[in-house]
Amino acid sequence: MKNPTPTSLDRRNFLRITGITGAGLVLGLSATGSGTETVENISAASESFDITAFIQIEKNGHITLFNPKPEMGQGTFQSIPALIAEELEVSLDKVTIQQTGGEKKFGGGQSAGGSSSVRGSYQNLRKVGASAREMLISAAAAQWNVPVSECYASEAKVFHKPSGKNMGYGELAEAASKLEVPKSPVLKDPKDFKILGKKYPRPDVPLKVNGTAKFGIDASVPGMVYASIERCPVFGAKLISFDDAAAKKVKGVIAVETCERNISGQKSEGIAVIAETYWAAVQGRKALSVKWDYQGYENFNSKDYAQQLRDAAKQEGAVQHKQGDFDKVFAEAPVKLEAFYETPVVSHSAIEPMNCLAHWQEGDRLEIWTSTQVPGRIMADLPKMFGLKEENVKIHTMFNGGGFGRRLYPDYVYETIQLAKKIGKPVKALWTREDDTRMGPFRPMTFSAFKGALDADGKAIAFQHKVISPTLDGRKDYDKSKADGTMTEGISEQKYEIEHMKNLYVHHYLHVPVAAWRAVTSTTLAFAHECFIDEMAVKAKKDPLAFRMAMLTKDSDTKTLIQKLKEVSHWDKPLPAGWGRGIAQYEFFAGLGGYVVEVSKKGTGVKIEKVYAVIDLGTVVNPDTVEAQVQGAAVMALTAAVKNGITFEKGQTVQSNYHNNPLIRINEMPKVEVHILANGGPRIKGVGEPGLPAFAPALCNAIFAATGKRIRKLPFDINNIA
Amino acid sequence: MITLTVNGKNYQVDASPDMPLLWAIRDMVGLTGTKFGCGMAQCGACTVHMDGTPVRSCSIPVSVAAGKKITTIEGISDKYAKAIQDAWVELQVPQCGYCQSGQIMSATALLKSKPKPTDADIDAFMQGNLCRCGTYQRIRSAIHRAAELVK
Ligand code: FES
Ligand code: FES
Repeated sequence: MKNPTPTSLDRRNFLRITGITGAGLVLGLSATGSGTETVENISAASESFDITAFIQIEKNGHITLFNPKPEMGQGTFQSIPALIAEELEVSLDKVTIQQTGGEKKFGGGQSAGGSSSVRGSYQNLRKVGASAREMLISAAAAQWNVPVSECYASEAKVFHKPSGKNMGYGELAEAASKLEVPKSPVLKDPKDFKILGKKYPRPDVPLKVNGTAKFGIDASVPGMVYASIERCPVFGAKLISFDDAAAKKVKGVIAVETCERNISGQKSEGIAVIAETYWAAVQGRKALSVKWDYQGYENFNSKDYAQQLRDAAKQEGAVQHKQGDFDKVFAEAPVKLEAFYETPVVSHSAIEPMNCLAHWQEGDRLEIWTSTQVPGRIMADLPKMFGLKEENVKIHTMFNGGGFGRRLYPDYVYETIQLAKKIGKPVKALWTREDDTRMGPFRPMTFSAFKGALDADGKAIAFQHKVISPTLDGRKDYDKSKADGTMTEGISEQKYEIEHMKNLYVHHYLHVPVAAWRAVTSTTLAFAHECFIDEMAVKAKKDPLAFRMAMLTKDSDTKTLIQKLKEVSHWDKPLPAGWGRGIAQYEFFAGLGGYVVEVSKKGTGVKIEKVYAVIDLGTVVNPDTVEAQVQGAAVMALTAAVKNGITFEKGQTVQSNYHNNPLIRINEMPKVEVHILANGGPRIKGVGEPGLPAFAPALCNAIFAATGKRIRKLPFDINNIA
Repeated sequence: MITLTVNGKNYQVDASPDMPLLWAIRDMVGLTGTKFGCGMAQCGACTVHMDGTPVRSCSIPVSVAAGKKITTIEGISDKYAKAIQDAWVELQVPQCGYCQSGQIMSATALLKSKPKPTDADIDAFMQGNLCRCGTYQRIRSAIHRAAELVK
């Protein structure tokens, strides 16, 4: 690590706490001067450092914390800076929080996905804060000529205990910046936490109640023009030609250009109408006439594809996990059962449609504003895609109006950058709701074939879950001898002790762009998996919760979770006539969550009466955010279980907007009571996703308990249980 | 040129008469708190008040809005709006926040017409506002809380 040259210092010096990601956290310091646009200036001053730089303290005491995790509703605008602020001893409402834009110095973790933000940053960012605190204390102790042990930090000040003297961080920043960085800073004892583990208000909330929060769609620069892009409704088609004469006659239209979309291994062409107003761009787009070559995909439809998956289920498949001797034990078992489960394609449907504003300056400098989950990936992609140098790129990571996995894919960003380059003006491209609904990427369907066996006492002895699906990377040349990890997520991770198990995977290609969706494949697999476990319990004539507990003799988080569900839902208390309750849990890469759902019969359908959720985190940063995330996940899971989903006909998406691709509305929202397990332990589990997978199976198990109808296919009509 | 009155101020906008009010507000007047979600009166993200009534600005031609009093999230300031916004912060309603301008515009109108709404009133009135993040449970609680705050 080099020190910055003296010329880079000006009248205002900053304490910079910096770390290298990798083997461990190495902290370093650089002093740098800057005006208000600190990110750019610091970037120039520390160009040669491969560092992260999360804290900035100005001489006037103003503190900025840099947040590498995009905010999309999951609360990282609070939970991530909180890790630093807690150890730094500053109050979160007294600091400025700034989203990072993929800059190298902030390290490799500049993305939000996989419920990984808090669990991935918990130790490192606390260490960043603790190091800075120790340096500020040392600086004060030196100034006062007193032992460090007599000093402590609180509310952005260092105090000398015996005398009560104190100094603000701003006054100490310069002296502190010249000190050695502590090798192993002492982290606070959790019992002294003021922010972590507490219901702490999110700093973005006030901005989100008065219209001032800025999302990607809200960005603008002078001279900006708008683009609306026509893409072929048939997936897999190629552009033959287009006629833009009529489009160009629409008042306000200034150009028509092509661009390329690249997503999940699928490339396609789009024709962008660029205009002075967005409305003119949309009108111009309607006036385009385009010829597409459908490449034989014009007859593709969901019904046929579903039948192909059912047929593919007859293949043996690749072994994903094996223990004991499943084949033999299943063949000889006294009691056995088989079942087949199906789930639909669904859309992400974030309310903020995809958008990006791209502004090329002086040919080789690029500035973009966008709602994205992956500023780090965008920064990494730009050099090879557009020949750009990192120092010539500025990414403004805006608030995301919903992510849910969709914004892990920057296809819409790159389209916009191409267009802005072609016409030499800043371009804001904005998808319509119809674009968003029709074009994907979608959560793919998974189909599941099960075999289960019980011994004479009703104990589970053999189990098989075979998954049949396409893969998320859209690869046609998939090696069928391998089981895809993502598409079989969690199926062999459940803690149930079943001696003989053989889980399998069968790949079946799909040319439609597919993607990760909140809780990824666990959202569909958990439904099938936990409903089939229920079927086994019914076959064994056991209470479904007791049946699960009987397979959990060893201590595990799952066991604790089910015990907690039992207690909070009063599982043993009889329900009114016509009611039923169901339980489900699912453990997967993101974490562990479970539900008990109670339903009552209502006409030909059911009404959801009560929902009890338990999420196991190990360590919790903001319980209020966790509660909100789990309630939101339940709503999303309910939509995916009982609303249409996405279907294809004539090679195209049938649905287009919220009228035919509906979401749960407020009148359909059940009350969800959320309980958090935070009993410590080595593993910190995720928040954003684990509230999703177990909801649908708990609901369907409850429906079985109330009505005797076993639902093996999503979506289903909750008002008419066939 | 069309004259729009937004939050008590007059704006001359050079918009084609069929342009939805939403785009005139966002792209011409420059107030971006009002959001676009669907463009067909399905999601409520674009809700504004027109002469005091909540409307979906994506589905109202700008020519129809001329001469009417338009209020957006940036311009609400009466005691109902204040109570709703305070309750929204107190109960930490927003997640991504994108739908919340629309939710707040609808909720404010509800409270004005029914100072003590029941759950059923809330469900009926707020049905037009989608929230993909699923903040509905907190929206209900926050409207009840706002009803208390308004007194
Ligand atoms: S954008 Fe107007 S209702 Fe959706
Ligand atoms: S808070 Fe995200 S859509 Fe409502």
